[in-house]
Amino acid sequence: MSDAADQPVEDVANKVDEGALGAFASGVDTSVDYPLQVEGLEKSFGGITAVDGATFEVESGTLTGLIGPNGAGKSTTFNLITGMLKPDAGTVTFNGEDITGEEPHQIANRGMVRTFQIARELSEMTVLENMMLAPKHQRGEALWRSVMPGVRDDVREQEAELLERVWEVLDFFDIAHIAEEYAGNLSGGQRKLLEMARALLTDPDMLLLDEPFAGVNPTLEKKLLEHVHELREQGYTFLLVEHDMDLIMENCEHVIVLHQGSVLTEGTPDEIRSNEAVIEAYLGGNV
Amino acid sequence: MSVRDDFTARIPGGDAGLIVLILLGTYLAYVLAGLVLGYTLRGQLNSIATLTFYIGVFAMLSLALNLHWGYTGLFNIGIVGFMAVGVYVTAIVTKPTYVAGGAAQVGGLGLPLWVGILAGMLAAALLGLVVALPALRLRADYLAIVTIAMSEIVRFSFLSGELQQFQLFGNRVGFGGGSGLILDFAPPLEALLRGLGLWNAYLGFVDASQVLIPTNPKPVVDGLVYGLLLLGFVAAFYWLLKRTGESPFGRVLKAIREDEDVANALGKNTDRFKIKSFMLGCALMGLAGILWLVPQGAVTPNFFRPRVTFFVWIALIIGGAGSNTGSVLGGAVFAAVLYQGPRYFQNLVTAVFPNLDSPSGFGQAISPLISQFDPVPFLLYTVDSIRQLQLVVMGLVLIWLMHNRPEGMLGYRKETASVIPLSRPQSTAADGGDDDSVRTDGGVDAAAQGGETDE
Repeated sequence: MSDAADQPVEDVANKVDEGALGAFASGVDTSVDYPLQVEGLEKSFGGITAVDGATFEVESGTLTGLIGPNGAGKSTTFNLITGMLKPDAGTVTFNGEDITGEEPHQIANRGMVRTFQIARELSEMTVLENMMLAPKHQRGEALWRSVMPGVRDDVREQEAELLERVWEVLDFFDIAHIAEEYAGNLSGGQRKLLEMARALLTDPDMLLLDEPFAGVNPTLEKKLLEHVHELREQGYTFLLVEHDMDLIMENCEHVIVLHQGSVLTEGTPDEIRSNEAVIEAYLGGNV
Repeated sequence: MSVRDDFTARIPGGDAGLIVLILLGTYLAYVLAGLVLGYTLRGQLNSIATLTFYIGVFAMLSLALNLHWGYTGLFNIGIVGFMAVGVYVTAIVTKPTYVAGGAAQVGGLGLPLWVGILAGMLAAALLGLVVALPALRLRADYLAIVTIAMSEIVRFSFLSGELQQFQLFGNRVGFGGGSGLILDFAPPLEALLRGLGLWNAYLGFVDASQVLIPTNPKPVVDGLVYGLLLLGFVAAFYWLLKRTGESPFGRVLKAIREDEDVANALGKNTDRFKIKSFMLGCALMGLAGILWLVPQGAVTPNFFRPRVTFFVWIALIIGGAGSNTGSVLGGAVFAAVLYQGPRYFQNLVTAVFPNLDSPSGFGQAISPLISQFDPVPFLLYTVDSIRQLQLVVMGLVLIWLMHNRPEGMLGYRKETASVIPLSRPQSTAADGGDDDSVRTDGGVDAAAQGGETDE
């Protein structure tokens, strides 16, 4: 919370960087909480600059969309935030702490968890095993506790507690009927559900979803969106990468547009829709 | 799903039952073959002891490898190196101190065998750590390269003249170079029984067994009892690794095998889990090596050639990677059929046709086949060279398995990685989840069919 006072300063900086495009940010209330702050993030691969000074914030309890044309650096930005890649420059701040360059598992344990663009279920494990893997601070993850007689009863107790939660989450996502199935046998949509359910079990404050609706049929897409909205109402924060403009415009409160590795503009869906620079980026020459 | 249901429907202890059944079948086959060979009781018991010994060591080794490969997906092809380190460190710690003019060129530290075994396991685990630290951060294939290189480095170090003898804590010790080391201390069985204060009782038992084996029964009884001891160790390995696998720890290992990035993204420090799993497996490989070689009375570096590593791999692949039960079975089947089987087969043939002269060279074996279509000399030559052909047979079995049954004997048998059964607990059962799932079935299952055709 202590960093809330810094917000206006950064917003001013944004405005200077982005010129007139940043004008929308002026109305930010200083009491608003921004769990995720990304500043001046840079990453190049060889000679290609994938992310070039991306700076944005995600407000607590919102569904924020991150959009941009192909090659805008959305997935790279995700990888930089979650520690899968190390940035060349810039900082990532989560809940007021600098997490730049931390390992993915450290970041996940801080309460920010991601899903992958192509659902990465653990194929030769059952749905239940996939789910039981996720919760943090499992006592039985220490080898000796799992093996030693006596101490193992302690682990058993915690497993029973986790199992109840796992089944509740399975019910929430309507995938309880495939609980015993191997994850590799699931359909594409079921995998997406599993991945989101699994991420939720790590008890995060914030979820980063990388194209969760790609390749999902409309019925399931609607269901997934319902889940996301329901979770958002419970207080989770979402950052969503998505290609589908309509979907973003209809569901997100706040939209960040990436273009050529930096933030082109951000604002409410209405502001984005009428922004000519966005239309230019999507339809114009430099795609 | 059906395979899984089939197995989960088994009564508890069904795994053990399966192993016992297959072991009994194997023994029966050996005893029957022994009858055909006209073995005396002593011969029969000896062959049973040898068979049990190899079943024991290969089951232990493939259980340890299963932790690496089956659970964690670590491609270790340096198994024999960890065995070698275990054996040599045990030897140096346990050998009596050097006495000038004694039979042994070098001595040891003269400590009890159990200290030596613990030191050997610890050394194997530490070598595992040294190998793992740089290699685990790289892709799986690099670990394979590093491990096999390590196992050869270990073998050549033990062969080297430089390390033939050196001073350690003021004692003249060493690896003995190419001529190896004499293990001039009480073998594990004797050390264990003496430690338990049962040695005299055991000697009494050996004397009593003269009723069955009139002359010098001790080697036979020793072999049989040591075989039993090894089976006890297999049971202990199985117990340990089953608990390791069926736990939150094992769950993370499985997740690393499936997709390390995912495990990491879910907050698991995968490097640490991999190192723990690798070190535990290496320590167990060291122990298996010790139990295999220490009773032999001597050890030379050239025993530890990479082919032993591949024997263990074949055993694991036969049984089915990922399954502890499968590992034990694979070890048993490998030992009985591929390792001991060909020798036995050769003995059988020579016993049934005692007066056959096999040709002494390949040319003499093949020329009657070509000129007179007489296959007998060629077949005889084949049987005569069966020890050499053993490796060819193993290769063929491996190729056949990879093509037809890559999942091993027990199919895609996977033990659930959890301390408790993961079925729905009573407290959440009374939930309205049913009609929900019916609602989703249409959309989701339609997609399921599409997804399955991809695979």
